[in-house]
Order: sequence, then structure tokens, then C-alpha cells
Amino acid sequence: MSTRTASRSVPAGADGPSPGRPRRRRAAARLPVTLLLPALLGLGFLVLPLVGLLVRAPWSALPEQLTSPGVWEALRLSLFCATAATGVSLVLGVPLAWLLARTEFPGRRLVRALVTLPLVLPPVVGGVALLLVLGRRGIVGRWLDSAFGITLPFHTSGVVLAEAFVAMPFLVISVEGALRAADPRYEEAAATLGASRLTAFRRVTLPLIAPGIGAGAVLAWARALGEFGATITFAGNFPGKTQTMPLAVYLAMERDPEAAIALSLVLLLVSVAVLVGLRDRWMSTP
Amino acid sequence: MTTTTRRLVVAAAAALALGLGATACGSDGGKTGADVAPTATGSASAAAPKLSGEVNVFAAASLTGTFTELGKKFETNYPGVKVKFNFGGSSALAQSINSGAPADVFAAASTSTMKTVSDAGGVNGTAANFVRNTLTIAVPKGNPKHVATLKDLTTPGVKVALCAKEVPCGAAAVTALKAAGVDLTPVTLEQDVKGALTKVELGEVDASLVYRTDVKADAAKIDGVDFPEAEKAVNDYPIAALAKAPNKDGAAAFVAYIQSAEAKQVLTAAGFQAP
Repeated sequence: MSTRTASRSVPAGADGPSPGRPRRRRAAARLPVTLLLPALLGLGFLVLPLVGLLVRAPWSALPEQLTSPGVWEALRLSLFCATAATGVSLVLGVPLAWLLARTEFPGRRLVRALVTLPLVLPPVVGGVALLLVLGRRGIVGRWLDSAFGITLPFHTSGVVLAEAFVAMPFLVISVEGALRAADPRYEEAAATLGASRLTAFRRVTLPLIAPGIGAGAVLAWARALGEFGATITFAGNFPGKTQTMPLAVYLAMERDPEAAIALSLVLLLVSVAVLVGLRDRWMSTP
Repeated sequence: MTTTTRRLVVAAAAALALGLGATACGSDGGKTGADVAPTATGSASAAAPKLSGEVNVFAAASLTGTFTELGKKFETNYPGVKVKFNFGGSSALAQSINSGAPADVFAAASTSTMKTVSDAGGVNGTAANFVRNTLTIAVPKGNPKHVATLKDLTTPGVKVALCAKEVPCGAAAVTALKAAGVDLTPVTLEQDVKGALTKVELGEVDASLVYRTDVKADAAKIDGVDFPEAEKAVNDYPIAALAKAPNKDGAAAFVAYIQSAEAKQVLTAAGFQAP
């Protein structure tokens, strides 16, 4: 994440205040075609499917599709669960990132690799793993069930956990990068002035890395919103309780592709709005 | 700039289409002119035309075991032919066939699913029902919650998984529950019958409504509890050669084989009923 924010700040500085526009145009013209061609192909490849969604959208039937109670139930649940999962990620992920960035302990690289594992793990594998640990017959889940009568699968909390599992690494990586970029001497200065370690973290470090936390939180939220594999494997699928938008889209596709397209549009719209609205604010400043 | 972009977008699309087209071509053994299908009578190996290439069969998840076995037998009967299967939820398979997936044969778990393909003009001739399947209550070995009837599934503390009503096993479950007058709230609506079965096998739910054949195939871990209302929710399984089949002769031969006496034996042994 830190490398991306760094590279973003370079063209902004090179643009300069007033002659920015012509200079940027010249820069584009200088770009070798060998790079421009694959770049534009890449852009088309990523954007065309979304265009296809817009082209095939059943516009006339859209109001009817979108006002069905099931859609709002799924959307509401999706927004709630993604936000809750981001909350869980913040509470657990920021301290974890701090541990990785500011302390030295044996096996730290291994821990770091394990923390980022859900990024590359197929989500459905994550769902199976969660089920085996937190399910009714799972190592921890069995105890939760017998001692408290709590079963996490088939419950909204299960959705939140599944989403947090796949989304938290985004936050941890982002915050860890911000922490590594932040100068620890500020914290040391605060400590010499009599601040406790926690006060220094709260009053000095946190404001310093706030953009990094914000960027991580947005990424985690967006990832949680789109989560499918772990959710359907671990939390199941029941309208109003565990059926988030991606699950609703998948099932709609089985019978009624038009409804699936309509649902996809809503999810696309929400995701784009969040990324466009928050990305620049949080991610452009280092 | 915009025209360049547009041109590039078109180029990208063309490149993608080309790639897809190449894969499609690669998967079939070339078309042959003869459209005449051998009729579905008696032993399929008799009077067989010279077949070659691949036969791509899209089949309902509940046919996984039997069709895998039948595919091997078919290959023995017709040396030189390879049968490839794509097992999944019938509705999802129907959607991909309608979207142009290069399939030769489709075997669905319900006539209504087959109808979505035939309505779209995707079926060559008419679909034939070759077996039928009924629902049963799947419970963990030993039936710890003592489920004996559909009504028992509504007992507090009994967690039930059903198939989503969008897939055939879910539609059948809705019919059966309605026939029994049981108002059941499941904890999850699974996307295919295997999903519902797995949740029982893992012990995450106490029961689910699945096909009798699924329980039979998994008898080491699962017990089945039959219920009378199942007779009102019978699923007929239709099979059809597809209109856009890349291997028309292979498709016709496979459809005929599934209706042969040899195939019937395998299917009934697995718990399917005659249509």
C-alpha cells in the first residue's frame, strides 16, 4: 500500500501548479506504444465486463426488480455485515499491524505471512476452515455450543466473521505500511516528554497513520461487501439472516438472470461510489 | 484519443472472442454431417455408427455417481470416444447451456429445468424422462434427534438445511412440505443437493431434505428417513441431445445409451426409479 501511495504522489508533484495540463499531455504522447497498447487492453479487459452489465441491464423492469423486499433485505444485510466486519478488523487489525511493524520477535516473518494468507487463499477454503473450527462440531464451536448455546454458522455473526477473515489482511497490510513509513522518533519524543506508551500511540502514532488506517478500512469494507465463498460455506444462505448481496446474485443467476443483473448493478454502484468517494481522500496523502 | 480507445476496446473484445472461440473449437472432435440419431431401443452398442471425439455431458449433481460409472461403460462400448462431465446444479447448468456452453447432452433433475433449455430452442428433438427420484430426510447416522416425520423437523432445536427453491431439490422440498402441511423454517437454503447433504454430514444441521439416491450413495455417514408426502414431490429426470451439440452423433448415442437396459440397471441399483 505504501508503495502505491508513494508512486501516486510523484506525478502529482511533477505536474506542477499551472502548466500541469500541457505537460501531462506531452508525457502521454511520449509513452511508447508498446506500453500504451497493453495498458489500454488491460483497461478494456477490466472495464468491459462492467459495461456489459450496464448494456444487458433490464432497465424497464429495474424498478420492479429493485423494489422487491428481498433486494433491500440483502443489501441492508450486506452493508451491515461489511461495516461490522470492518469494525472487527479495526479493533483486531490495528494492534496486529502495530505488532508487526514496531516489534521484533522470533518468527515475525512467518506471522506476517500467515496474516496475509487469506489474501491469496480461495475464500471457500477459508469458509471450510472456519466451519471446522467454529462450526457446531468444530474445535471451538463445539464448546461455544455446549457452554453458551451459540452456533455461529447460519447466523449473521457468522457472516461478519467470514467477511472479517478475508477482509482483515487488507487493513493489516495497509496499516503496517503506514506504521513503517511513520517516523518512530515522534513516539520517542512523546515518551521523553512523559507520555505513556499507550498515550503516545493514541495521541501521536494514530493521527500520524490515520490515512493509512482509513485506506485499509475502505479496502477491507469493499472486500467484505463482495465476499461470497467463505460466507456461503460457513454462514449458509438464508434471506434476512445470512443472505448477502453476492449470495442473492448467485442464486438469482440460477433461475432469473435479469434479477441477477439488477442485483449486480446495485452492488456495483455501491462499490464504485465508496471507492471513488473515499479513495482519493484517504489514499492520496501518504 | 477516444476513437483510438474505441478501436482498442473493439480489438480487446475481438481478442477475447477469438480466445473463447479457439477453446470451443479445441473441445470437439469436428462436426460430421449425419444428423440421423440411432433410436433409443435395446442395446446401444448394436448397429453403432463410427463415433469419435468427445461427448460433453452436462448433468445434475445428483447424477454424479451413476453417470461417472455409465460414462466409463459408454467409452468401453464405443472405443475412441471420450465422455466428459460437468456436474452441477441443474439450473446453473441450464443457464450456461443457454449462454452457449459447448455441451452435447444435458441431463437435468427436473422437467422444468429442461424446459428452460428447450424453450430457448436448445434441445434437439424432445427430451426423454429416463429416471425419477424422490426426496427423503437425511439425518446423521443413528438419527440422534429421532426424526420420524416431516413434522418432526419443526421441533425446536432441530436445525434443517433445504435446497433453495431455485434448484430442483428445493422446488421438490417446497411441494412435499406443502403436501404435508408443514411450515418449516430452515437455517440455510443451499445451492444444490450436495450442499444440503454436506451440512448434515458435517453435523452443522440435524436434517435436510435430499434425494433418496444421495442418501444411498452416502450410506456410511448418513441415514435416510422416508416420508409418505415424498410421493407428491417426484422429480423426473429428462435427458436430451442439444441442438448446438458440437458432436451430434456422440450426443445421440449417449442419450440412447442412458435409456438402454444396461444403463437402467446401474441407475436402479443407485436408488433411482423407473419413470
